[in-house]
Amino acid sequence: MDIRLTEIRKHFGVVKANDGISLVVPRGTIQGILGENGAGKSTLMKIISGFQPADSGTISLDGQPVRFRSPADAIRHGVGMLHQDPLDFPPLRVIDNLLIGAPGRIRPRRSEAAAAITELANTFGLTIEPTAEVGSLTVGERQQLELVRLLWLGADVLILDEPTTGISETQRKQLFATLRSLAAGGKTVIFVSHKLDEVQELCTQVAVLRQGRLVGQASRPFDVRQLVGLMFEHEVASEARISCVPGESVLSLTDAGAEHGRIRFEGLDLNLRAGETIGLAGMEGSGQRLLLRACAGLAPTFEGRIALDRSDATGKNYLAFKKMGVAYVPASRLEEGLVPGMSLTDHFLLTDHERGFFVNRREGRRLAQDRISDFNIRGRPEDRIDALSGGNQQRALLALLRPGAKLILLEHPTRGLDLESVIYLWTKLKARCNQGAAIMFASSDLEEILRYSDRILVFFAGRVTGPLDATSTTVDQLGRLIGGAPASPPSDTESHV
Amino acid sequence: MDATTLLIGLAGVLASSAPIVVAVIGETLTERAGVINLSINGTLLLSAMGSFAVAVTTGSVVLGFLGGAAIGAAIALVLAFGSITLRQSQVAIGFVLALFCRDLSYFLGNSYMGQKGPRLSVHPIPLLEDIPVLGTLLFRHDILTYLSFILIFAASWWIFRTRQGLMVRAVGERAEAAFARGARVNLTRYVYTALGGALVGVAGPMFSLSVKAGWKGTISGLDGLGWIVLAIVIFGAWSPVRGALGAYLFGLLQWLSVLLQPHLQQIPSQVLQVAPFPLMILTLLLVNIGNAEWVERVLAALPAPSRRLATRVLRSLRVVSPSSLGVPFQRD
Amino acid sequence: MSRPGLSESRPRIAAINAGMQMGALALAFLLTTAILLFAGAPPLAAYREIAAGAVGSFDSFSNVLVAWVPLLLAAAGVLVTFAAGLWNIGVEGQIVMGAVFTTWVLRLLQESGVPPAVAIIVAMLAGMIGGGLWAALAGVLRTFGGVNEIFGGLGLNFVATALTLWLIFGPWKRPGVGSMSGTEPFPEEFGLPTVAGSRLSLWSLGLGIFAVIIIYVLLERTHFGLRLRAVGLNHKAAFLLGVPTWQYGLVAFVFCGGLAGLAGGVQVTGVYHRLIPSISSGYGFLGLMIAMLILYRAVWLAPVALFFAAVNIGSIQLPIVLKLDSTLSGVLQGTLVLLVLLVEGARQRYLKKLRAKVPPAPGTGHSPRPPAAAALPASGAVIIDGSGED
Repeated sequence: MDIRLTEIRKHFGVVKANDGISLVVPRGTIQGILGENGAGKSTLMKIISGFQPADSGTISLDGQPVRFRSPADAIRHGVGMLHQDPLDFPPLRVIDNLLIGAPGRIRPRRSEAAAAITELANTFGLTIEPTAEVGSLTVGERQQLELVRLLWLGADVLILDEPTTGISETQRKQLFATLRSLAAGGKTVIFVSHKLDEVQELCTQVAVLRQGRLVGQASRPFDVRQLVGLMFEHEVASEARISCVPGESVLSLTDAGAEHGRIRFEGLDLNLRAGETIGLAGMEGSGQRLLLRACAGLAPTFEGRIALDRSDATGKNYLAFKKMGVAYVPASRLEEGLVPGMSLTDHFLLTDHERGFFVNRREGRRLAQDRISDFNIRGRPEDRIDALSGGNQQRALLALLRPGAKLILLEHPTRGLDLESVIYLWTKLKARCNQGAAIMFASSDLEEILRYSDRILVFFAGRVTGPLDATSTTVDQLGRLIGGAPASPPSDTESHV
Repeated sequence: MDATTLLIGLAGVLASSAPIVVAVIGETLTERAGVINLSINGTLLLSAMGSFAVAVTTGSVVLGFLGGAAIGAAIALVLAFGSITLRQSQVAIGFVLALFCRDLSYFLGNSYMGQKGPRLSVHPIPLLEDIPVLGTLLFRHDILTYLSFILIFAASWWIFRTRQGLMVRAVGERAEAAFARGARVNLTRYVYTALGGALVGVAGPMFSLSVKAGWKGTISGLDGLGWIVLAIVIFGAWSPVRGALGAYLFGLLQWLSVLLQPHLQQIPSQVLQVAPFPLMILTLLLVNIGNAEWVERVLAALPAPSRRLATRVLRSLRVVSPSSLGVPFQRD
Repeated sequence: MSRPGLSESRPRIAAINAGMQMGALALAFLLTTAILLFAGAPPLAAYREIAAGAVGSFDSFSNVLVAWVPLLLAAAGVLVTFAAGLWNIGVEGQIVMGAVFTTWVLRLLQESGVPPAVAIIVAMLAGMIGGGLWAALAGVLRTFGGVNEIFGGLGLNFVATALTLWLIFGPWKRPGVGSMSGTEPFPEEFGLPTVAGSRLSLWSLGLGIFAVIIIYVLLERTHFGLRLRAVGLNHKAAFLLGVPTWQYGLVAFVFCGGLAGLAGGVQVTGVYHRLIPSISSGYGFLGLMIAMLILYRAVWLAPVALFFAAVNIGSIQLPIVLKLDSTLSGVLQGTLVLLVLLVEGARQRYLKKLRAKVPPAPGTGHSPRPPAAAALPASGAVIIDGSGED
């Protein structure tokens, strides 16, 4: 089936997630979709697969315009999506998983279905065990299952969202072989990824999204440099970098590793000194958050040794880390960082070292007002935190940091903020550096990483590259590393310091 | 005690447990869709009273049962509306309804206290009733007890062997994924809540028009049974057959406590009567223990072979509860 | 940045809120009246009787105050657990265990020559400990066993009741034959002193009011209360901000259990002077209902609890005077709570609809990450929202 997108638009509040995207994907093509976080890839895929309606624009299949009201509607038209985290049912058996939602009569013919599916799987070299419990399968196997299910339901257009995260090399090769034979048989495959080498290996053509727009297309053979250039913006002349004189070691990791579901890293050695800033680059879900959490004492699967300020902190819990001077600022503000329903004053009272049993509201309000002015938060002390805009919530989060924090861990600190806020917040953070704090932050904004870090770690599929020296790394090199391609010299260093 | 008396006693257990079985199956269906109906205690009482009132007024047992079912469904729909549409806590609404319906049943039932109403009659099945042992046990009951036997297998078949049953399990398990597969999550929850409520509404008259005929207000002995039903649903691991077995076990314990009272002075009768609850707590412990963080840490510290064994044991226990239970569903 | 399409303002929101809450109360009365009519009873006469039965005489009003005390204590206790986001349905069992412990200690001390006043105080403390322990059990099951506190609490309620029955018919039974009337009554000096001619003890009244004040101060004016409320509103964020969440949860349970246990102790020493099977008389559940009705705002606790107590006591005479069952009180209380809950849900939905945003016109709005060169103004619009969360 051909699929044609015309002027797809979708907004969330004032943010334009998709801003007039038009694309033609002929049948038999493996279409790659490249873009960094926030470019609009997942929104577009959700629209094509029926999870969300577009605000405007049309989708046509083989020339016929269609409108999907739900994912089930989409699959009925032959469009199926394979999510990064498969939407399956872990406690149920494979055969039941496959049958849920499949059309049929009142009594599902399990044996018939099992036979049909097993045969279908075999044609692609995949094996399915109908009585196994889905929860016991590996991610790669669950993915295969989902793929077979979509094909069994008659999908002609298959959308795969970052399918190779967390699967083995063998499974990846198998997946690619399957996708190629599907395309050869006339199916259309849309392959969303940030991994340049895979896109290069698999896709017939590529579309690059950036900030909600389609900024470029290319067909085989691909020029990686050109793709990177389209994905990431080029450097703009930056202002003077703020650097602090490094002091004593604040954080030291030896042979560190952790895992969480499909995400993991291992064998990391790192030494971070007071006044230093280290930026964690890479696509989301590549391990940056895991590292940040491990350094905050929030990763129960941590292996290796971690020392704060020269004293061993391995095995201690979050509250102990906090006492030792670690401050952790999560990315999801309202889910993890702030308490919706409480006011700014309440938050400052919560985090301030309590003096005594009773709350001194006046003191609290004064403190809040101080911090509000200090961080330029648009809000009054008694305003509820969930009534503030996202930008101001982020400022509040930073304002809640304890003054004496020695290690500041930030997950996407300036996400969704306008430039002015970004600059302002970093001025404040760098002021902390001058006072002897060390900063580790993750960000999807390459410019932010390059401008504010002293050193950079790049995360890609469980591998950590670096630390790289920020002053001598270009956007292009960074972009390549994030995409998994080897950076052109000079930049690579060992992962020790 | 001789064999015949024993058999008759056991048959009595089957009959007196039948209402509990029906209520347990009803709530199992509701919870399978991901909704907890805490109002059962009140629903049982109100449907018992209401159906009795209808039967006395109309003289018809059938109308009585229909009335009971309607009452049960109506209460369940209030719960569904308040929690699914108005997004209030299922626990809060269910709890209030439990107390409210109980008091309402006593209040409205006042004028029916002590009245004599129609009763279900016993219908032994010819030929089958003469089978030794099984005949006495299974084939000399009233029609609703027979229906309760059938219901066990019908519900089990429905949930585990049909397409729609599979979809309900999907909704209760992971509503978001079920939606992606085409389920109409909130509608399904409405339907199964009402259905479960209707079944509980049938269990009520199974008391007042049969087993504990009449309406005796606060001494009817029905108060508290609704909570026990909730316990049995969990103990039965959300499976109709196991839930029914739990209900029979409960009935058996009740019977034994009466029987053995004069002989076992030391073991208080109350112990047997509250037995479902420690069992329920134990079941919940086993089901959830794998999730606790301290358990994760302990597991991480174990050597690999024992860790694998422990994980497997924990995982096999974990499968049972519908994970979406009590969690509201929101379409993006 | 102004937002087109926004039709709300602070006063309007406040008016909507007040209107809907009043509406809920009105609907509740309408519903109860309808039920009365359905039952063939005269509504106005019934309401009049309840009022008369509650405040008609010194005797009845003193009984209302007597019933007020355990409600104050139980509702105050569950406010603490609600603040922490917990459903402490086990509060009934905690009242019962408090009564059991109080009875136990009083039985031990009554022969020992300890002055009665001391014995009573120690026994009441024991009651608080008993309730606290029982609550801690539910808390531990939840924190370490993953057992939802609703089912754990329910189960423990039944176990507590069974324990009481066993004690009354077993080890503590009256000489001769155990009976439903409870254990052997304590001698008069081992009870709380009462106001002449009534069962009201000013001590217990004082305890009840004191508890409400303490809870209000605790929740609203201390750091403990602030952190507890943070746990209830968002336990993940509270943890990251430094609150040891599971400890706070357990403390909340123990606190509530202590107050509930005290209520049980008051019932034993002040009202019944012995342990009876239904020593808690549903006060625990009523406490939960009160807390839900006041939407968890401590300020309204005392008056609403008084109202509930009045309705309870006022309905006692109904069977005699109007041939209506006294459970009319439960009906009235139930409709109030139910309708307040439902209207609250409707109100939140309505306000959410009012806040629906309008899509940006072409040429306005911005892309997910603004281009480096442009400097957009800080998006600092504060959403005016006077009311409910969502």
